[in-house]
Amino acid sequence: MNNFHVCCLPVISMVSLYRTGQKEELSVTGTYTAIAATLLLIGIGTPLQAADIINLTPGPDAAEQLQEALITAEPGSTINMAAGKYEISDGLSLDVADITIRGAGMDKTILSFANQKGGGEGLLITSDNVLLEDFAIEDSKGDGIKSKAADQITYRRIRVTWSGGPKETNGAYGIYPVESKNVLVEDSLVTGASDAGIYVGQSENIIVRNSTATHNVAGIEIENSKYADVYGNTVTHNTGGILVFDLPNLPIMGGHSVRVFDNKIVDNDTPNFAPEGNIVGMVAKGTGIMVMANRNVHVFGNELRNNGTVHVLIATYPNEFDDDNYTPHPRAVVIRDNVYEGGGDDPTGEVGDIIAGVAGTPVPNIVWDGVVPLTEWITWTAADNRIYVDEADGTTFANLKMIQNTLYPWSTSPDRNIAGYAGGLEEPKAVVMPQLQTQ
Amino acid sequence: MSNIAHGGRVICTAALMLVAMFGQLFAQVNDEAIRANKPARMLSDYGLFADPGKQIPSQNVHPYDLITPLFTDYASKYRFVYVPPGRRVNYTDREVFDFPVGTVLVKTFAYPADLRKPEQNVRLIETRLLIRQDTGWRAWAYVWNEQGNDAKLKLAGKRLAVDVTGWDGNPLSIDYAVPNANQCKGCHALNKSITPIGPNARNLNREYGSQNQIEAWVAKGLLFDVPPIGDVPRAVDWTDASASLDGRARSYLDVNCAHCHRDGGAASNSGLFLTDDESNAQSWGYLKRPVAAGRGSGGLEYDIEPGSPERSILLFRMKSLDPGIMMPELGRSTVHSEAITMLEAWIDQME
Repeated sequence: MNNFHVCCLPVISMVSLYRTGQKEELSVTGTYTAIAATLLLIGIGTPLQAADIINLTPGPDAAEQLQEALITAEPGSTINMAAGKYEISDGLSLDVADITIRGAGMDKTILSFANQKGGGEGLLITSDNVLLEDFAIEDSKGDGIKSKAADQITYRRIRVTWSGGPKETNGAYGIYPVESKNVLVEDSLVTGASDAGIYVGQSENIIVRNSTATHNVAGIEIENSKYADVYGNTVTHNTGGILVFDLPNLPIMGGHSVRVFDNKIVDNDTPNFAPEGNIVGMVAKGTGIMVMANRNVHVFGNELRNNGTVHVLIATYPNEFDDDNYTPHPRAVVIRDNVYEGGGDDPTGEVGDIIAGVAGTPVPNIVWDGVVPLTEWITWTAADNRIYVDEADGTTFANLKMIQNTLYPWSTSPDRNIAGYAGGLEEPKAVVMPQLQTQ
Repeated sequence: MSNIAHGGRVICTAALMLVAMFGQLFAQVNDEAIRANKPARMLSDYGLFADPGKQIPSQNVHPYDLITPLFTDYASKYRFVYVPPGRRVNYTDREVFDFPVGTVLVKTFAYPADLRKPEQNVRLIETRLLIRQDTGWRAWAYVWNEQGNDAKLKLAGKRLAVDVTGWDGNPLSIDYAVPNANQCKGCHALNKSITPIGPNARNLNREYGSQNQIEAWVAKGLLFDVPPIGDVPRAVDWTDASASLDGRARSYLDVNCAHCHRDGGAASNSGLFLTDDESNAQSWGYLKRPVAAGRGSGGLEYDIEPGSPERSILLFRMKSLDPGIMMPELGRSTVHSEAITMLEAWIDQME
């Protein structure tokens, strides 16, 4: 691409944005100005720069043009998708590194997959250093956007929606990075996923922040992953709010070092609509935060209101498994300084029944099943591996002591003495994203 | 001599032979086009065929066949390999052979008007090339023109309506999908690099014409470091009713699923590994719970529930045509009912 093209297109975009003159676009305009200035400098300084800009507009050939751009783009390119609705009938995919895919806003540039015929997801990313910004995926038949084995992937102001509301026939995951590294999800919105709205699986170094998840089975799920910060999110009207899980028989296991803080997890009240067989199918309607298996998980500063089954549940993996490398018990979990209101008054599902059966209704704010490895049950659990709870006065808690409860239920009652769990553990360091250092 | 082979059925007419012998004497492969960074616009630019429309290959382009092929909507497939003269293919026991730079693997997809008469009224649909360059393998798809005399590069993929008579005699409509360049990688990526899938020792170890293919490749000076033929592994033909159900099923799954469902494959995160040598029962699906299947689970608990084909997710997904459920995700718009029947019997007798 020639320099004229590189230099001038951002200027044209900038002008057109000025012309629309809408207030909400002022900050966007600022970004374009910065990009335009940068590209002008690049254009002048280095004559053969590969930083192409590919501009797309909606129309009958847009789907093919978009897929072709995703294939032929040179590293360093930006693919701009103008406002409008793009009807796409096959899954899109990108396998070129250093690419930005940018729309005109999550409510303006819409990729609709209502008539999708093929592909397990709307958009698949398998390359490194990719920035996805300001567009929406609607009604994909499978997952929304999946990034697999990608290093440095950013989802910013991305919306994934199933427009028919919560339905078992919706795709499983909205935003779905897996086996990836340096995953950043921010200011995004996911609605209607039949598994998890934002799901990060088998990944490492993760930030999910300032995003919204509503009407999904799970709002946000961090699974078999390590070094994750989940903060500033609003998670409401899902079945369960935020899940931190570790599952057996997977290539990557042993999730650890996860911080869940400063989130609003309120009114999660959508009946579980996950297709049966999926692990989230067991999540009870009205679960706030659930930590299953995993090590070194810190939950603090969250606002938990009106989650009908339980605000915080710490649990052991419930199913049989055959995997010598898997630890089914949650270890080294710290729950502190959260705010609780209401909730626990409408426990549902199998899990809700068990909890309420042992701990009574309303269900305490924080519930731990109390299951530990047999050797520890006979002796003790080392301080580094214990469950710690340090909350404001009036917060309720129960250790269900499920092992005793199974062996001799007639003489077992839950341990509600929250003071017995006081203490803490060193918190994992804040996660740092390399792409934020360079972008 | 045989020039067109599909599913073991060989066209061999005197006329074709003459054309072929004549054509092959003169037709030369264009090595420059093969080495070029950009793909050629037309298939004919590579010079792989003496007569493209009749699929008669040029000199040094060798037809071959597989024991258990990948199912692609009942398409006939004509496979060829070109290795630059003087270069050697190194034998490997398990993975695809180690092909030298300059190799082209050619696969043409075609439909006869009636699947039961594979030699008659054949329409060529697309030809896919895997080209081994210095930097690794590259994958391109070429779509045939209506005259059937040449094919044009198609990067963004294409859907084509194909109407034929099916194996059962009923009309069969296929919404055939030519893959885009990324979808090629969807199946052909192993540890992020493009890799061929078919031509490995076990799947090539069969008769072709009157000779064993592995031995033929050795005799032609293509293939080196081959152990005695008795020591070369051999895949089970999934249609072979005399073979064990277990062997047939695992061979079918190996070819049709394991390019993704293996360690380092595109579906590695599922933990379901379907290579025919996977020995951990849970890894190949036996009482394995789904992980990220979503509605692909169909409300079922296990990938394979022994004794219960109707309760096995594996079959549920193979029977589906819904993009959010179906497996494989690509390359199929119909259900391979004959294979389903075999796999049902396999799971049914499983304990």
